[in-house]
Amino acid sequence: MAHVDQLVGSYRAWASNGASGVPDWLKDLREGGIARFHDLGFPNMKQEAWRFTSVAPIAEGSFELAKTPARIPTLEEIRPFLLLEAGYRLVFLDGFFQQSLSTPFFDDVQSLAHVVSHRQDLVRAHLGKYAATQERPFSALNTAFVSDGAFVHVPAKTTILEPIQLLFLASGSKPVVAHPRNLVVVEREARASIVETYAALDEHSYWTNAVTEIVVADGARLDHHRVQRESHRAYHVATTQSHQGRDSTVNLHFVAFGGALARHDIGAVMAGPGGTLILNGLYLLAGAQHADHHTTIDHAADHCESHEYFNGVLDDKSRGVFTGRIVVRPGAQKTDSKQTNNNLLLSSNAHADSQPQLEIYADDVKCTHGSTVGPLDPRAMFYLESRGIGKDEARRLLTYGFAAEILGRMEVAPLRAQLDAIVRGRLAE
Amino acid sequence: MAKGKVLLEVKGLRAAVAGNEILKGVDLTIRDGEVHAIMGPNGSGKSTLAQVLAGHPAYTVLAGGATYEGKDLLDMKPEDRARAGVFLAFQYPVEIRGITNSYFLRSALNSLRRERGEPELDPIDFLQFLEQKLKSIGWDDSMMNRPVNEGFSGGEKKRNEILQLAVLEPRLAILDETDSGLDIDALKTVAEAVNQLRDPKRSFLIVTHYQRLLNYITPDVVHVLADGRIVKSGGPELAHELEAKGYDWLRDAAMVS
Repeated sequence: MAHVDQLVGSYRAWASNGASGVPDWLKDLREGGIARFHDLGFPNMKQEAWRFTSVAPIAEGSFELAKTPARIPTLEEIRPFLLLEAGYRLVFLDGFFQQSLSTPFFDDVQSLAHVVSHRQDLVRAHLGKYAATQERPFSALNTAFVSDGAFVHVPAKTTILEPIQLLFLASGSKPVVAHPRNLVVVEREARASIVETYAALDEHSYWTNAVTEIVVADGARLDHHRVQRESHRAYHVATTQSHQGRDSTVNLHFVAFGGALARHDIGAVMAGPGGTLILNGLYLLAGAQHADHHTTIDHAADHCESHEYFNGVLDDKSRGVFTGRIVVRPGAQKTDSKQTNNNLLLSSNAHADSQPQLEIYADDVKCTHGSTVGPLDPRAMFYLESRGIGKDEARRLLTYGFAAEILGRMEVAPLRAQLDAIVRGRLAE
Repeated sequence: MAKGKVLLEVKGLRAAVAGNEILKGVDLTIRDGEVHAIMGPNGSGKSTLAQVLAGHPAYTVLAGGATYEGKDLLDMKPEDRARAGVFLAFQYPVEIRGITNSYFLRSALNSLRRERGEPELDPIDFLQFLEQKLKSIGWDDSMMNRPVNEGFSGGEKKRNEILQLAVLEPRLAILDETDSGLDIDALKTVAEAVNQLRDPKRSFLIVTHYQRLLNYITPDVVHVLADGRIVKSGGPELAHELEAKGYDWLRDAAMVS
């Protein structure tokens, strides 16, 4: 437990120092976060939600709280991590907003640190209201250290045409921890698209502990794409929590390529009738990588439709964990929910765990789920070979198909093409 | 009519799957441009013959052989057979997640073109080529941007096999129960496309349980396979005789012989 005390100590030092000039409500939020983290401590594998993932490398590691980076990279240096040319852009280095690399838009696409004082009422109304900290120690810890991150606000009946890019880069060689905190608020009948990327300027060891809260109001639509391509020596822990209103559409896309150890808690609450939700995810792992996606879809209102698709491609000694929890609340009649998780094992040492968890408290609903874990289908191999496609190419094609199936659901064509190129590069390694 | 050159010659072919001998000595000669039909009751070995000729790894050849264009067919890998012009339309086409039909077809066609020393087609050239092919068999491109066979109806899957046949332009097309599971309209559609693809340089081996497909595709030769052997061969009229009399009289004949 030494490390928990160490983190609490580092919080005390930080809170009493440079981070003190903030409104009281934010101080209270942080205090609540650190108290919760202190109570919960790090999760262990005896807990149901952490059965397959040990966070010992984080709990026993030593990570200093990230400081303002000494050197800011040039736009040329970060260009390889920008997946799109056009659109508003917010760039963060070790969790700190970088004005010189960003193209914000007034107080609607801005750093959270800025809007905490400039749009206090709006931020206060939403920040910390969705990402639960009750049973989520990492989310609680992030809340304790809330200071900067991305803020996106789309006013009612407004459409932002170009996707907004949020880029979180890890900079240096020191093992630091950053706690980026992002808030996305899409007002009534508005529409936007976001690309949230985590990457590193070089292959070193560090810890990212991110939380993204997403609110999509009645009749609005958000297409959110999250690309996790951290350093292969990094630890990545994150929570993404969405909350959507009546007749809204939320499409959440996830791609995880990076990290030595990655755990992503994804929660989606369908709070108003007639909502549509897509969770569409891909994890592509090799070496000794471990990625755990823990998803919860909460059907809290009637006549909502959710589709969840997660595919894993696991090579070498890598391990993929997927949990798909679907809760249908009493009264959420006419719920239509479909979930699939398909895992392709490219090596006999790769491993996948797939667990659907359905909790249904309404009687007039349609819920289906299915999962597969296995090597390439020999029938599919023969089918391709019988068309003149050689064994190696057939194998590549079928593997690529697992990834392409997920990428194909993303509507932003240039982003899809960039991710497609990354996938092809990974598979050619 | 002068007979064409021999394309496929099967002699004394015996083959097994999971230790069970299914083919017990099959002899078959197919010449250029000929259409042969193989009929027979369930379990007679029709599909096994089709799979063995295409090189399915689950089947073991016990004895006998098959030459294709004078070469030892059974010694070739499945992809090399395809590149040499052998095509199998599957009874149960396989779903390929994430790969669109047009991407799949282009990959397959380019594998064949590389083998023939022809330049590969880029996506734009391929689409033009594909449109011509679709037009020649009277179909539209509605299946092209969907993942291969995924969510296809039974009829769509079978049509997709014939479309691949049209694109890959094989010299020997083996149709494994392409008619099974099709309603009469789908059957006609498939048969008309096959008729469009008949060519003096292309031979067909049509494996079928029912005679009805042969109402629309008139074969040159009909064979009856029973208990792993060809027990009778004849002209198109043999198919009608089988329809009227069933298979039992032939099975009895096979037992006696």
